[in-house]
Amino acid sequence: MESPRLFPGAVTPHRHYRVDADGVGIAVNEWGNENDPVLALVHGGADFSRTFDVFAPLLAAAGWRVVAWDHRGHGDSDHAHLYSFEADLRDAVRVLDTVAPQRPIAVVGHSKGGAIMTSLAEAQPFRFRSFVNLDGIPYRRPGPDLPEYQRADAMNTEITAWLEHRRRTATGSRKPGTIEELARRRAQMNPRLSKEWLEYLVTVGAREDADGWRWKLDPSMRMGGFGPWRPEFGLFRLAGLGVPFLGVLVGADEPMGWGTKPHQVEKWIPRHGRLEFFEDIGHFIHIEQPEMVAGMALDFLGDPS
Amino acid sequence: MSTITLRHNRIELALHELRPATGDGHPLLLLHGLGERTPATVPVDLETWSGAIWGLDFTGHGESTLPVGGGYSAEVLLGDVDAAINNLGSVTLIGRGLGGYIALLAAGARADAVHGAIITDGPGLTGGTYESSVPQIVRLMNQGETPDPYALHELSRDVRAADYALDFVQFSTAHSELPEPINVSATYRPAWLEAVAAAPGVASLLIIDALDLYR
Repeated sequence: MESPRLFPGAVTPHRHYRVDADGVGIAVNEWGNENDPVLALVHGGADFSRTFDVFAPLLAAAGWRVVAWDHRGHGDSDHAHLYSFEADLRDAVRVLDTVAPQRPIAVVGHSKGGAIMTSLAEAQPFRFRSFVNLDGIPYRRPGPDLPEYQRADAMNTEITAWLEHRRRTATGSRKPGTIEELARRRAQMNPRLSKEWLEYLVTVGAREDADGWRWKLDPSMRMGGFGPWRPEFGLFRLAGLGVPFLGVLVGADEPMGWGTKPHQVEKWIPRHGRLEFFEDIGHFIHIEQPEMVAGMALDFLGDPS
Repeated sequence: MSTITLRHNRIELALHELRPATGDGHPLLLLHGLGERTPATVPVDLETWSGAIWGLDFTGHGESTLPVGGGYSAEVLLGDVDAAINNLGSVTLIGRGLGGYIALLAAGARADAVHGAIITDGPGLTGGTYESSVPQIVRLMNQGETPDPYALHELSRDVRAADYALDFVQFSTAHSELPEPINVSATYRPAWLEAVAAAPGVASLLIIDALDLYR
């Protein structure tokens, strides 16, 4: 067994436990003093809570009990029978009921984690004292902009690929490899992150089998997908939020993320909310610039007590 | 009635043979409505079908696996139907309510294997709309039996949009050998189904006539 690699500033969570979400085991990691006020830190699609190993300790050091969990099928949480946005929302509520029942808390959500928490802030605003959304405001569908006839063809192709994938997943498992190979594969989705960081992530987000390392992410999950969902309906929701809101968008193009730009969503930012834009940073802004993002979030969230 | 078990990811699906073929022709596959299960016998209005008649229990319904912790979508049920098509080959689909909507998705997604899809009245035909899709966070008691309450809750609210449904009509008509590969027999037509019924390549025959069309 290879010993975990070190990465500057990375801190192993101080507490780790599981929450039962209607039969699905959700893995929770915490940093900071257990008696401090709760700050929920929510990861995005295909990520996991240990991607916060550098960012979370910076928030904890300011007096927050930082609580992050792996969505079902991600990280150390159970691989479930089924996955949906609404199921992720329910799982989140099970965790929050455990750590902060009926108490408003601070929330920082990245990417899909920001979108999930936007839905929660609409459905159950009483859980929030303030909310930071890191590049988690969808404006257009993921994927290239295509003319209508090509869009339909692309969707048809995507559906076929998805069904073929579903036919294989009953027996499938992830492809094994060395730490370096897994890091190289992830670099295709995270081209702006350093090799050292991605190799560190393998040691906390993959497991080592006899034939090599495998990402823990459920092999039945894949990028892309299709459905009747439209990003603009998330925007209508955003406009009506009644909790203090800081939205953060980025300018650098990346395979992950929605690529939303400020002029597209400005009018949907909730009243008294704030929108910040960083032209030269990518989707994983809290990993590229952890100190700067932590400082901005802490400023906005205010004194924990 | 004989039953075979199919695998769709972590779900085991029950595929029931209601009646072997009495003559020529490909199989007819019944897709039940929301909260229902495959009927024990051949429904009267389908007796004229000469090929074999099968019925699929969707995930969380009938004798199929009861999943833990919900997370349903119409697209997952499309995957259920695809598992049945993978086993039976070319089929004609007839769906009640939710099963009718799933039949439409399958007709578009597997246009080469679906020899006609008939949409009929039944539970779960309407679905949700964008406007009604305010997030709801409920905790439901699962009594260990199908139908799964999460299926009832989630699949009665999943968004059915006319433009999305029309994409599947277009895929079906573009790739099927039939001039009218989709038939709407339902009397009640929510907005998405109204749009489907008005599209080119969609017939609106009675069930008995639609069966003749796809025989």
